[in-house]
Amino acid sequence: MLADLFAQALNGLAYGVLLFLLSVGLTLIFGMLDVVNLAHGSYYMLGAYAGLGLIAATGNFWLALALAPLAVGVIGAAVERTCLRPLYRRGPLDQVLLTFGLIYVFEDLVKWIWGGRIRSIPTPDLFSASVNFGGAVIPSYRLFVIVFGLGMAVALWLLIERTRLGAIIRAGVYDSEMSAGMGINVSRVFTFVFAFGAALAGLSGVIAGPIQSAYPPMGASILVPALIVVVVGGLGSLKGSLAGSLIIGQAETFGKAWLPGASMLIIYVVMAFVLLVRPQGLFGRALK
Amino acid sequence: MTAPVLARVVALVVLTAVVALFPLAAGTYPVKLLQEILIWGIFAMSLDLLMGFAGMVSFGHSAFFGIGAYTAALLLPKFPGLLAALVAPAAAAALGALVIGFFSIRVGGVYFIMLTLAFSQMFYAVAFQNSFLGAEDGLVGVPRPTVLGMGIGSIGGFHAYLLVIVLACALFLWRVVRSPFGHVLRGIHENEARMQAVGYPVNRYKLTAFVIAGMLAGVAGSLYTQFVGSISPSAFLWTTSGEALLMVIIGGTGTVFGGILGAGAFILLQSLVSSYTERWMLILGLTFVLLVLFAPGGIVGALRGRVGLRA
Amino acid sequence: MEHLLALEGLTRRFGALSAVNGVSLTVAARERRAIIGPNGAGKTTLFNLITGHLAPSAGGIVFGGMPVAGLAPHVIARRGLSRSFQRNNLFPRLTVRENLRLAAAADGRGSWNLLGSVARLRAPLERARETAKAVGLVERLEAPAGQLSYGEQRQLEVGVALATAPRLLLLDEPTAGMSPEETLRMTRMLERLPREITLLIIEHDMDVVASLADRVTVLHYGEVLIEGSFAEVKSDPRVYEVYLGSA
Repeated sequence: MLADLFAQALNGLAYGVLLFLLSVGLTLIFGMLDVVNLAHGSYYMLGAYAGLGLIAATGNFWLALALAPLAVGVIGAAVERTCLRPLYRRGPLDQVLLTFGLIYVFEDLVKWIWGGRIRSIPTPDLFSASVNFGGAVIPSYRLFVIVFGLGMAVALWLLIERTRLGAIIRAGVYDSEMSAGMGINVSRVFTFVFAFGAALAGLSGVIAGPIQSAYPPMGASILVPALIVVVVGGLGSLKGSLAGSLIIGQAETFGKAWLPGASMLIIYVVMAFVLLVRPQGLFGRALK
Repeated sequence: MTAPVLARVVALVVLTAVVALFPLAAGTYPVKLLQEILIWGIFAMSLDLLMGFAGMVSFGHSAFFGIGAYTAALLLPKFPGLLAALVAPAAAAALGALVIGFFSIRVGGVYFIMLTLAFSQMFYAVAFQNSFLGAEDGLVGVPRPTVLGMGIGSIGGFHAYLLVIVLACALFLWRVVRSPFGHVLRGIHENEARMQAVGYPVNRYKLTAFVIAGMLAGVAGSLYTQFVGSISPSAFLWTTSGEALLMVIIGGTGTVFGGILGAGAFILLQSLVSSYTERWMLILGLTFVLLVLFAPGGIVGALRGRVGLRA
Repeated sequence: MEHLLALEGLTRRFGALSAVNGVSLTVAARERRAIIGPNGAGKTTLFNLITGHLAPSAGGIVFGGMPVAGLAPHVIARRGLSRSFQRNNLFPRLTVRENLRLAAAADGRGSWNLLGSVARLRAPLERARETAKAVGLVERLEAPAGQLSYGEQRQLEVGVALATAPRLLLLDEPTAGMSPEETLRMTRMLERLPREITLLIIEHDMDVVASLADRVTVLHYGEVLIEGSFAEVKSDPRVYEVYLGSA
């Protein structure tokens, strides 16, 4: 029984880590650009398919893991410069509509190239076996995901809190007008943050590939949990992303195991509860 | 009456006559297409009240469409009258809007968009997993109501019924938009902070607009159920809200009838394009992107110039 | 009632910085008070506290004999406290008439009318017209606010605040960015306002202060330096230092 619980908790942790990588970009983009980038889930999907393509071409998962996020980051940068930059002055409606259109564009392009069926992505040979970890039998790949993800969390924290680039990003999230006034090339930072967020989402997609497979609507469907993570964690907060994704990851996993009839509802209940108690999210800035 | 106003009234009368007499001239498929356009038109118009007039971007409008649809689907088999067909769905949707609006409006901004999206997905989750609501398959076998003792099962009968409701909704919205309340909404859209500063309880006005819009969306949902005879959880999908937003911007935000025009353009485009190619989603998405980048005023906006206001 | 507005030890901190620090002052009904001080002295923050846009960190605000600290801005406005802004805060796509009418209609129930007509609400339309006359914009009633000249927009800015028929009117640098002619016009316009409307004005232009103010309060680093008639304040050496020192 305890072993089962532990196994579930590990699954929840793995899912939480994937959500974290996905939501970091989302929360930074929201917090900084005030843009509801609905197409963020699409970068997740593009990452999975880029991974699929690269593995098919090179046979090497690790190469795909390194290159796919870069490719997605480039796409993200291109989108920001061509489509989003003209819209910063125009307010949330236009940005929301445009990014919504992009969801359809990306999803259909992927369907065109790879077809609409689910495509499975092979687990890397190194982690293809299951192991016994603390009494729980779990695919070793999931342990890799957890370790990798937490490692990324630490790396991100170092980047944001301890480097000059991170300070610039934090300043931009806090007050973009001020940052511009202080001589920071805000538009270049915006492009970078966008590309970076997209790349992280793509990374999440590649890593998720062996677990979730690749299918075109996966972008639109992962968006809602990612949004809930951001709402629960608080806009623009890295800590919030981590806390939110770990909570939602566990809630969703245990919900599926214990309350299968209401599993889809669990994360909304969590969100509603957090919002009642703290409308700005766990680590968000107080509203007004 | 001034010339431009007279011209508009004449155009409206002509258009209404064409729509009303359409079943006499055209076959079943085009008539059904027109009826679908009218139903989505109500949905889009109600969304425009929020977007174009109050400046609130809601991605959760499909929640109220779904609530109206499911209420009708549950009640009509047992009580096939107007109460179940229109009143109950409208009331249920209004109640849903009151609750969701209360939570979403007080946080405002980007959070409002995200919360409304999440709430509509929540309803999707409930409908998808609840056997009483038909779970994944939804509810089928929904009869059309009897109106004033008459059945409206025939194409002509349903067409007349639908047309009356659409006109009533459009007229209602038209009056609301021109009323003192509508002027307050426009003030909020123009400069919410100043409206607060001069003494308007802005959130209360926004919530009222949200409830009115939700109520009409519920009517649209109910009509859709009556039109098709069934309903499934996909009515709640947030992407449905997104498509309604597209209809509004195609038709032009801040114009009452733009919603119907936008619904027409969207549905016709979809119908046309999908008969030639499978890449319908790609084209729709590109249309979105290009419209937002290059034609923010939409169809009606282009026809009418900017939206002005008189006291 | 003795004072229309009473601030008691009003304080507002932003992190380690006290933008407003223990400010106590009273304004009598029918008085015209100017608040002056170098940039960064906390004047606008003080206004934001009084109107409810910011919550105080400490201290109290009593308006018309009732405490208002912490109330929502629209509640305070409804009680008869209105404010104009340093940077134009208008409804650009709406006409001058509609700008004023919206402000004038903020207190009535008429605004909850969902099916009626705006033309039937006579009172706000009347008040809009009167306010337009008072601020000299009768000729421009049908023009969209965004198309007015800068000076006209400043007039409308005051007009919108005035149209709510306030007991206390807060004006934040009403002549900011105006030419000498426009400033004179604005000063005359403010002078002509009925005495029933108590004025609290933030100003940098000392000529305007001299013409309008009964009493002057000098703010420095968020604290009240001195208070008195314009002549008293003008001749106090500390005020001179404060302005020079911050140049």
